[in-house]
Amino acid sequence: MITINNVSHKIGANDILTNVTAEIPANGITAIVGPNGAGKSTLLNLIGRQTTLNDGDIQIDGSSLHSTSTDKLALKIALVAQDVGVASRIKIKELIAFGRWPHSKGRLNDFDKEIVEAAMERFDLVDLKDRFLDQLSGGQRQRAFIAMAFAQETDWLLLDEPLNNLDMFHARALMNELKLLAVENQKSIVMVIHDVNYAARWSDYCIGLDFGKIKFAGATQDVLTAKSVEQLFQVNVSVLGSPNGIILDHY
Amino acid sequence: MKLHHEKIAATLILAGLILLSIVIGVADINTETIVLSRIPRTMAAVLAGASLAIAGLIIQILVRNKFVEPGTTGSTEAAMLGVLCVTIFAPGLSIILKMLCAVFSSLVGTIGFLSLAKNLPNDQPLLIPLVGLIYAGVIGAGVTFLAYQGDLLQYLGVWMSGEFSGILSGRYEILWLAGIAAIVAYLSADQLTVVGLGEAATINLGLNYSQVMMVGVATVAMVTGIVVVTIGILPFIGLVVPNVVSRLMGDNLKQALPRVAFLGGILVLSSDIIGRIIRFPYEIPAGTIFGVIGAAVFLYLLLKRPSNG
Ligand SMILES: Nc1ncnc2c1ncn2[C@@H]1O[C@H](COP(=O)(O)OP(=O)(O)O)[C@@H](O)[C@H]1O
Ligand SMILES: [Mg+2]
Repeated sequence: MITINNVSHKIGANDILTNVTAEIPANGITAIVGPNGAGKSTLLNLIGRQTTLNDGDIQIDGSSLHSTSTDKLALKIALVAQDVGVASRIKIKELIAFGRWPHSKGRLNDFDKEIVEAAMERFDLVDLKDRFLDQLSGGQRQRAFIAMAFAQETDWLLLDEPLNNLDMFHARALMNELKLLAVENQKSIVMVIHDVNYAARWSDYCIGLDFGKIKFAGATQDVLTAKSVEQLFQVNVSVLGSPNGIILDHY
Repeated sequence: MKLHHEKIAATLILAGLILLSIVIGVADINTETIVLSRIPRTMAAVLAGASLAIAGLIIQILVRNKFVEPGTTGSTEAAMLGVLCVTIFAPGLSIILKMLCAVFSSLVGTIGFLSLAKNLPNDQPLLIPLVGLIYAGVIGAGVTFLAYQGDLLQYLGVWMSGEFSGILSGRYEILWLAGIAAIVAYLSADQLTVVGLGEAATINLGLNYSQVMMVGVATVAMVTGIVVVTIGILPFIGLVVPNVVSRLMGDNLKQALPRVAFLGGILVLSSDIIGRIIRFPYEIPAGTIFGVIGAAVFLYLLLKRPSNG
């Protein structure tokens, strides 16, 4: 479980997050939704210790970010940023192998190599493994970084808008893989999703964020309703039934 | 197998050039010329070329921009400022202390540039080298002004055209320290590669970003300071060599660093040899020769599409 306790964050004089308190349950997919600029990335980056936490406390399975060293945290939590722009020319297989760093510190044993291979197969990167990072499309690059995070073998995976650059096929395939990871490997996945329908269809738990404050949090089928989405995004929404879960029509 | 051949080829080329460099020259070949002048000159060219190329690669990683080198990040100019201050205010200092001053002021200059570059938007890759040119230009103007005040402009002129004809034993040996600094950087090759992936990836993998950055900055300052004190300015090497290697085989430093070192050593030594042959018995500075070769290679690379690995 990730416990977020009274976390606030300012940039300059602006309040980006205000007194955020929430619990994210383990084993499953948690979606963070909210309008642009709500503070979703900020919250995810604080949990992933990308941004220094000054005000409040966050605990990952009982380990406080304030008192746990960064290399220990690298064994618990992995984050894939919203935009993985990369200037560096390294090969995909090398990138994914670096995901093993927290375990192997650069000396890969046979087990590490197996994990790297498995990551490439799982995220459909085998054909691309000898390409350089700057020879991939945005979506392929994002998948490569997700595979790297997978190779890191942490219990928690934090993904910031991973569907952004993906076509329909790969978006679905990725959600499928993530669901499998959650169900079969007991992984816990926290992701920022801007399409509420993806959140409705795939997440187990959902947090709604607006102006740096939590608007709702709970099991997705309970909290992600036409009414809550209308309030969160200020749009008109109607619910269309579907055998796979609700579809929120806001078009 | 291929890798093995490449190693042997590079070693043979370098060994051949070293031999050539030792036998070519105006003076008669005897043990004294060889030990006191030819070997120092040859090793100085190899060490300076290899370590400057590595310094260039590392500063490119730290700034995350392929169009910079120590001469466009203020590292070289700051080192010169350090040496000049020593020359004016404490002329009696030993070469080691002089070197330390150069390294220290290069360190300050490099850190200054990094904190400047951090605030620049990274979606405009040409902005960083432009700001770097201005930053280096400002420090360079300070150097010129100080040299003018101290009546040292001539001294500055000699310096600006990095060349090896004045290298003698007893003076070049500290260049080995630059070589050692490069080896220390190699020990952190993986960490530096991760830093090249960006701060987010570095933190994510549990590495201490600023600590790795400091290792990199220290290497750059060490190499730049030492080369400036012993040889002067050799522009372009830190820019061209890492770009060639990056195009051919990417930025994984475990593999790139040794190649960058070899290529840097080979190119600078070749430039020095060519400079000695072309107008025999006169000499053209290696820095000038390399400027011509380097510019041509760099333009070619810029215009050519990247390879598919
Ligand atoms: N470096 C910054 N300086 C000032 N404001 C920022 C900075 N980064 C983000 N913000 C502001 O913080 C708010 C939250 O940003 P973010 O967490 O990225 O939102 P989201 O991911 O929900 O779209 C936004 O209003 C954004 O404008
Ligand atoms: Mg965001």
